[in-house]
Parts: sequence; C-alpha cells; structure tokens
Amino acid sequence: MAKKKDKSQEVETTGHQWDGIEEYNNPLPRWWLWMFYACIVWGIWYVIAYPAWPMISGATEGYKGWSTRANIAADIAEAEAANAKINAKLAGTELAMIGEDPELQVYAASAGAAVFKTWCAQCHGSGAAGAKGYPNLLDNDWLWGGDIESIHTTIRHGIRSDKDDDTRYSEMPAFGELLEKEEITAVVNYVMSLSGTPQDASLVAPGAVVYADNCAACHMEDGGGDREQGAPNLKDAIWLFGGDYDTLTQTVTYSRYGVMPPWTTRLTDAEMRAVAAYVHQLGGGE
Amino acid sequence: MTNYFKLILLGMIVFVALFAANSARDLAYMVNALTIALAAGATFVWVLRQTDEPVVQVDLSGEYMDGVIRAGVIATALWGVVGFLVGTFIAFQLAFPALNFEWAQGMANFGRLRPLHTSAVIFAFGGNALICTSFYVVQRTSAARLWGGNLAWFVFWGYQLVIVLAATGYLLGASQSKEYAEPEWYVDLWLTVVWLAYLAVFVGTIVRRKERHIYVANWFYLSFIITVAMLHVVNNLSIPVSIFGSKSVQVFSGVQDAMVQWWYGHNAVGFFLTAGFLGMMYYFVPKQAERPVYSYKLSIIHFWALIFLYIWAGPHHLHYTALPDWASTLGMVFSIILWMPSWGGMINGLMTLSGAWDKLRTDPVIRMMVISIGFYGMSTFEGPMMSIRAVNSLSHYTDWTIGHVHSGALGWNGMITFGCLYFLVPKLWNRERLYSLSMVNWHFWLATIGIVLYAASMWVTGIMEGLMWREVDANGFLVNSFADTVSAKLPMYIVRGLGGVMFLAGAIIMCINLYLTARKGPAVAADNSLVPAE
Repeated sequence: MAKKKDKSQEVETTGHQWDGIEEYNNPLPRWWLWMFYACIVWGIWYVIAYPAWPMISGATEGYKGWSTRANIAADIAEAEAANAKINAKLAGTELAMIGEDPELQVYAASAGAAVFKTWCAQCHGSGAAGAKGYPNLLDNDWLWGGDIESIHTTIRHGIRSDKDDDTRYSEMPAFGELLEKEEITAVVNYVMSLSGTPQDASLVAPGAVVYADNCAACHMEDGGGDREQGAPNLKDAIWLFGGDYDTLTQTVTYSRYGVMPPWTTRLTDAEMRAVAAYVHQLGGGE
Repeated sequence: MTNYFKLILLGMIVFVALFAANSARDLAYMVNALTIALAAGATFVWVLRQTDEPVVQVDLSGEYMDGVIRAGVIATALWGVVGFLVGTFIAFQLAFPALNFEWAQGMANFGRLRPLHTSAVIFAFGGNALICTSFYVVQRTSAARLWGGNLAWFVFWGYQLVIVLAATGYLLGASQSKEYAEPEWYVDLWLTVVWLAYLAVFVGTIVRRKERHIYVANWFYLSFIITVAMLHVVNNLSIPVSIFGSKSVQVFSGVQDAMVQWWYGHNAVGFFLTAGFLGMMYYFVPKQAERPVYSYKLSIIHFWALIFLYIWAGPHHLHYTALPDWASTLGMVFSIILWMPSWGGMINGLMTLSGAWDKLRTDPVIRMMVISIGFYGMSTFEGPMMSIRAVNSLSHYTDWTIGHVHSGALGWNGMITFGCLYFLVPKLWNRERLYSLSMVNWHFWLATIGIVLYAASMWVTGIMEGLMWREVDANGFLVNSFADTVSAKLPMYIVRGLGGVMFLAGAIIMCINLYLTARKGPAVAADNSLVPAE
C-alpha cells in the first residue's frame, strides 16, 4: 500500500492499516527522549553512589557509605546523647522530687507523654481516660495508690503478670462457687446502695450480712477498699467494669482478672520514671 | 462423540466436588466445593441437552466471534458496580466503624470486605474489561476469528467462576493474606488453567492473522497475558495443609516472601492495570478519534522500555523494611527510569487527538478517554515520585498510597474502561449510536468530581498523618499517638466516601444507558464480517 502524507503534519504514516487504524511515523519527542536519558544517567550515578548491586556475598555499598540501618542507629545515638545528661538526672532523682525541679518536670512530662502514647494508649486511651476494664488515670480513684512511687511500682512490675515476681497481685474469689444465688443478689444490692440506689432496697439489709462475712476483709467494712491489697473502693461510684446490677452480678459471680505487663522488660529506668511522672501530673496524682 | 467425553469429565467433577464438600475441613472450602459442583452440574445439563441434536453446519469463519465479547461487556459493567458499591461501603466503614455491624462480624467487617472490593474492581471489573476488549481488538486488528472455537467461552465462564470462588471465600475467611493474591490454592490452580486457555485463544488468533504486522495494542495485551501468568504462578507457590481444606502455606518465607509478593503486586499494577489497559487505549482512542496513532517509533520504544523496566520496580513497596538496602535502591532507580516510558503511552494517546481536539467539545466518550489518559500521566508521575526513599519515608503506610492507587484505578482504568464500553455496546448490539449522550456527560462529570474528591482528600490525610507520625518535640519525643491521627482523619474520610458515592452513581447511570442502548437504540445492519487484510 502506498505511503500516505498527512498534510497537517507533513509526517508519513507507516503504511500499515489495522481495522482502519493507521500510525504516523513521528519522531520521538525531543523533550521526552532527553528526560529519559537524564533519568538513565541519574540512575547510573545513583547505583554507584548507593548500595545497589548484589554480589556473591553482600552487595556493593556505594561510595557514599549510606545505609538505612547505620542511619537509624546514628539517629538513635544522637537522640540518646542529646538526652543522656537529663536522663541520668531523671534516673538519679527521688521520684517525689521530680516535681520540684522545673526543668526535670517538663522533660519528664513530655518524655512520659511519648512513652504513654506508644505503650499505654492502646488500653488506657490516648487521653488516659481508660475504658471498660482499663482504669481511668485522670481521676483520683486508684486501685494500688496514686502517689508517684505507687504509680511507678505498678508500671515497673505490672498487674498479675506471670513474668515478674514483684507484680501487683490481687485475686477476688469467683463467689458463684461459694455463695447461693440469693446471697449474690443481696450483696450486689448492698454494694449498689453504698454509692447510689440499689435495685431492690429490701435486699440491702440481708446483703450487708453477706458483705460483712465475705467481702469486708478486703474491701473494708465501710466499703472504702484497701490499696495495700488492690481492693477497689466501692463507695465512690467509679467503676472499672460497671456499677449496674448485671455487671456487678457478673463481677461477684465470676470475679475479674485484669492484667498489665511489667514494663521493666521494654522500657528504660528513665522512661518508666518519666511515664510515672506523666501519669502522676494528669490530675489524679497524690 | 466428544460430548460423551465432556459429560463423563463433568460428571466426575461433580462427584469429586461433592465428595470434597462432604469431607471439607472448613466452611469456605465447603461452599467453594459446592459452587464448583453446581457450575459443573449446570454445564453437564447444558452439554447433555445439545448431545445428539442435529447439528446445522454454519460457516462462521468469515465472522468475528462477538457473543463472548457481549457477555464480557455485561460482566464488566455489573462487576464494576458491585466493586464500586463495596468500595463505597468500606470507605464509610472506615469513617463510621459502627457500620462493621455486630451481627455481621466475621463476614462483612472491613477486613473481609476489603479484599472483596480490591478483587472485584481489579480482577472482576478490570479483568473482564481486559479479556473482552482483547478479544474484540485482536480479532479486528488481525482480521481473524477467535481461535479455538468455544475455548473463548471457556475462558469467560472459567474466569467468572474464579471470581465467585474468590469472593465467597473471602467472606468466609479463606485468604492467603497476600495483597491482590488472596485466593487460596485451588482457586489459584483453576485460574492458571483458565489463564493458559486465554493465552492460547489470544496467541492462536494472532497466529491466524491476515495482517502482516501485529498491531501495537496486541503487543501490550500479549505482554500482559504472559507476564500475569508468570507472576501468578510464582507468587502463589504454596502447599495446602489438607487437600480438603482451604488453608495453604507459602513456599517462601520472611523477607523473600515479602519480596516475591511485591514483585507480583507491583507488576499486577504494571502489567494488569498498565500494559493491558494501554492495549485498550491503543485501539479504542484512535478508533473513537478517527485519527492515526501519533508515533509508531514512540510506541516501539516505550513498549520495550516499559515492560523491561516495570518488572524490577517492586522493591519500592518495601523501603525501610527488612529488605536489604541494595534491593530497595534498585527498585527505586528502576521506578524513576520508568517515568518516561510510562509517559510515552500518555503522549501517544493524547497526541493521537491532535487535529481532532474539537471532538472534546462534542463527544463525551472522547472526553472520558482523554481524562483517563490525563490521570494515567498523573499517577505514573506520582508513582516514581513516591518510590523515592525520602518521599516514601513520609508517604509509606499513609492514605497517600490509597489516594495514588485510586487516582490510577478510578481515573485511568475506570475511565478508559467506561470509554471502551460506550464504544463497544452500539457496535456489538448493532445500534446506530448510544441511547443518550447527555447521560454520558452526567457520568463523566460525576466520575471526574468523585475522583477529585477521593484523591484530594487522601492527599490531605496522607500527608497529614505522615507528618503527625513523625512529629517530635524539642527533646525528640513523639507528639502524637496513632489514635490521634485516626481521629484527625475523620472529615477527610467522609469526603472520600462522598467521592465514592459520586463515582458509583456515574457507573449506575452508565449501566442504564448501555442497557437502553442495547434495548432501544436505533438498529443498524450487523457488521461483524472480517475486514479484508490490507
């Protein structure tokens, strides 16, 4: 077939035709070609400069000596060096005295906030308000104590951990196996009456008897709880799992067993002290 | 006589599948086995009804085989709507987690629906579009009927079976947990069979061609079919835990598995969504514009450069991971050199319109094709840019990646497919023209604005969360928790969902328009006889 001329462009087609489609034989656009060459030249330089070619063992390292692992190690070392002095100071200061030193206090709060958002927020929430089964750290209700030393101990050793011999440990019996159903109903009504309205006021008096016999040893006679044993205060209307009738019945019948890891396995001394200071200054610290 | 062999084979498949369903170790496997039994049973009945019927010999060798393409067009449009619908729903699930309904846990939560969405749009919508357009194009540009008789129908129905098995499997928890390669081992095996049949039909037709040269669109289609076969087989090398269970264990492990996965994953983009769709562009754009392709030279150079370079670019998905630095460097370098070869397709597509730019005002189908080429150019620039390690350290794991994927998938793959469907339906159903051009206009604007909302909102959230993740205070401590970034993204997630609603609405309008074209458009005489070779 004869080659046709395209009058508007003065370019020939290749002379082939497929289902009516033809092709011009326009040259490669100059800018396109030069950009392509430039990318190739840049690519050749880059694979000489940076680690690129696999060899029999290892790979070429590139003349710039660049390496992601070395870079991150250097970054971490730099950050550690920059904070080394104040971290040493933090680790060496009495916990209770951190608040007395403004510089240390500010540092501990921001370092502690970073630790908290990385390791603690998953359960306690990024605002530390907790969730069902995970204590709210903003209020003044503490299971094991709200002074900075107690908070620090809880963080170091965790709650009911099988990896730490000094862990905080409390265990309420599952009273479903020890009490009759009626007794549980009664004691739940009594506990509800301590901080508000019971479901059935007539059961409060018999519930008090059950309470005195079974619960008062840990939760104390007045229901105020005992931080030495990690027994919650039942009078303050602050509930870890819930204070309604159904939830309390479940708690009494089956007990609860919340856990928290001991952070000595993951965090440095300075980090644990910082996060203790951070939690302490959130509002409920004592 | 061959029908008897077919009946015996199909009967055996039904029996084996029922036996497998009865011995199934898990629900997904059982449902899949029953699906296979049902499909084989239906085929059995169909073959049986034809057996021993008098055969009327009609010489069809002078006609194109268009029935299977009509079926492919319908499948493309329907799977498209399904895929967009699921995508829009999961976009709102991310914005409003309550949509992960408690009663539907383990079936319709985000984790189960997300692979359903990606597979539906890429493999069901995109795959059907590629198969049916390649059958159309290879016949027209080779002046030959599809090779292999009913083998093309086998490819069509076999591929639909892959889709149904994969989709039901996802919902019931059968997944290899490899992105874009989630189907389990027996679905992979079946897809391999179907894909080799597809290759045979395509190559067989090219071999039969009456044109001396192979048209450029067919180079792209062929490279797509061959490479996808290779990628699929290597990435799915796995050993089933039980022959009666859906679970399998990958042959590769650790960083090797990750590298093979992203070698596959990136080339699913490169060959499925780029090379294959460039094949579509190279036929339908010059046809619709009625202009010659801009440059034959450019098409050769950019074709070979594209397919040579793309295959190496996968490691850029694994920057700053356990992958060695050298592999990451090579992935990045090849990605950047790939920029111009990718743009070669854009230039050839857009410049084909020179001398026909006025059609942009009058022909909404051309407008759709042009904007798809525009999105192609944009995302093939954005991709190399994001592969640069320094950029990637900000963009990786953020919504920017999601935005990038969708400007490519909705803009390029979606729009070019819509353009092809608008071209094909009047031709295949022998209609003079589309039912309504104003509906095409509505589709065009809904889809375009929808994509802009999607891409823009994902750029904003992506860059925002990238910056929030790396934000440190004066002492070098991180400022934000992960949950802080999640809650900061809510408004943009709603905007993204609305973009999805618009894109989906456009696609529904298209389906109505195509249906009315096929049913009510003014008829013309059938024109599916082979064109003479020139």
